[in-house]
Amino acid sequence: MGRPRFVWVRYLLLTTAALIFAFPFYFMVVGAFQEAPTNTPDNLFPTSGWTLGNFAAIDARVDLVRSLLNSLIFTSGVLLGTVVFGLLAGYAMARLDFRGRGATWVLMLLVQMVPFQLLMIPLYVQITRGFGLGDTYLGMIAPFAINTTAVFIFTQFFKALPQEMFEAARIDGAGELRILTSIAAPLVRPALVTVILVTFIGPWNEFLWPFLITKDASLQPMAVSLANYISNVAQSTANPNGAILAGAAALAFPVVVLFVLFQRYFTASDLGTAVKG
Amino acid sequence: MTAAPAADRVRLRTRVLGAQPIGGLFALPYLVFVGVIFAYPLGFAVYIAFHDYFFTAPGVDVAKPFVGFDNFVSVLTDPQVLRSFRNTAVFLVINVPLTVVLALVLATALDSGVRWVSAYRIAFYVPYLTASVSLVGVWMLLFSSGGLVNSVLGPLAPSPSWLINSALAMPTIALYVTWKQLGFYILLYLAALQNVPRERHESAMTDGANAWERFVHVTVPGVRSVTTLVLILAIITGANLFTEPYLLTNGGGPDGASATPVLLIYQQGIQQQNPDTAAAIGMLLVIVVGLLSLVANRVNREA
Repeated sequence: MGRPRFVWVRYLLLTTAALIFAFPFYFMVVGAFQEAPTNTPDNLFPTSGWTLGNFAAIDARVDLVRSLLNSLIFTSGVLLGTVVFGLLAGYAMARLDFRGRGATWVLMLLVQMVPFQLLMIPLYVQITRGFGLGDTYLGMIAPFAINTTAVFIFTQFFKALPQEMFEAARIDGAGELRILTSIAAPLVRPALVTVILVTFIGPWNEFLWPFLITKDASLQPMAVSLANYISNVAQSTANPNGAILAGAAALAFPVVVLFVLFQRYFTASDLGTAVKG
Repeated sequence: MTAAPAADRVRLRTRVLGAQPIGGLFALPYLVFVGVIFAYPLGFAVYIAFHDYFFTAPGVDVAKPFVGFDNFVSVLTDPQVLRSFRNTAVFLVINVPLTVVLALVLATALDSGVRWVSAYRIAFYVPYLTASVSLVGVWMLLFSSGGLVNSVLGPLAPSPSWLINSALAMPTIALYVTWKQLGFYILLYLAALQNVPRERHESAMTDGANAWERFVHVTVPGVRSVTTLVLILAIITGANLFTEPYLLTNGGGPDGASATPVLLIYQQGIQQQNPDTAAAIGMLLVIVVGLLSLVANRVNREA
């Protein structure tokens, strides 16, 4: 659409915007490997001064491997809960006729509307004092254990499968759990990939909740460790900029790689589901 | 003989429990999760907000009397709280219009058949996917007093610098959040643009409408429902800022100029151990966000 002579305006607009969007990432990656990350424009394309020292510098103050491992444990716990219980709930919502299905559906919609910030104080009291789960992985995972968006995605995909298939399996005497694990779940593999990607980002990037309930540094995920480094340690360090960028790159890297590799699974319709419910 | 009553029993069971009652068992873990993580804390939040609630040593049972609206009164007369809501208003006034306009313009440019679409998509979308803690670290360095942005601006650099200037701290956060979230809204608009019928553009073109006129009279009305969604999501995001004022402006600085309600919930509820006023701030925030969303919905429908 549009006349050809305006096409260059479009490219100019998009390219300028893309450069502005990508620049902080360029700054982060280059700075993470620079002895002294630049603060002046004439030094944006360094040819020398490369180092791995920034990673060593931040690792000396916050245990990088341990923090990344904690992020991974936190994220894996959420993924496990979401995939196992999300598949069960999604299958039930899409394919099984049981009392309370309508009410469950309404509940799923309501859950999407409750802001975490309202629940923050009561959840903190409940999980640290009520359940005694402060400074544990379980306490970190609990509020995110089953991603409601994932249940919606599974429900949609299970609904799209042909009814005859389920009837045939039931006539053959297969139980519902068996139909789910050996017939239905393998058929919704694309949904599984989407759910894993969408769910991964949440806990991996989450800061507020693990920050609230972990006081023990050896349990803190990377986002919390890096935030602590930025707000507490950096002031007392001679040249913290490189170390901050190294930590930022370490936290950002896994998600960026996943996105670039699995780009086609991040479609707008799934995101639409994610927000509209 | 026994066949008929057995069939009746099955029919009755089907009517009461549904054809596959095992579905209830499948959904049970999710229902328990919702009960423990959402329903109970929601009720508990309301309870805390209306009581003189405080933390006690484990096992000690001290009366926590009902105090009516006292917590709300003390919150609404607290200048810090009022300031945090004003700061949020400043944020929204900058962030929301910028988000809607930029997302729609960039999505429209992307939608009309350009090359390298996936490269642009990656560039726009990656900030949205990346942890805010990472990106806040980068922005903090870029916008620091001796940072790259100021050295590019030279004599035009603001003094005091962006993040320690009480007039610029909140606008800088608003810019940061616009940049971080925009990719998501571009994707929402891209999906919506694909549903605007081509014929409407074509008939506008035969009527002699230029690109700008078609944008205003065909594209903008065509994606109205998504605009409402974008408005509401941007308002919710803006009302719930925590990481940005906590890290980027070092705890809502300078001197509370970028403090947000959620930052105060953390400071009052957990640092200063006053969960009752913190819960009251939370409820007020939800009410304000709800009202703003209703307004956004109404305004956009009439426009």
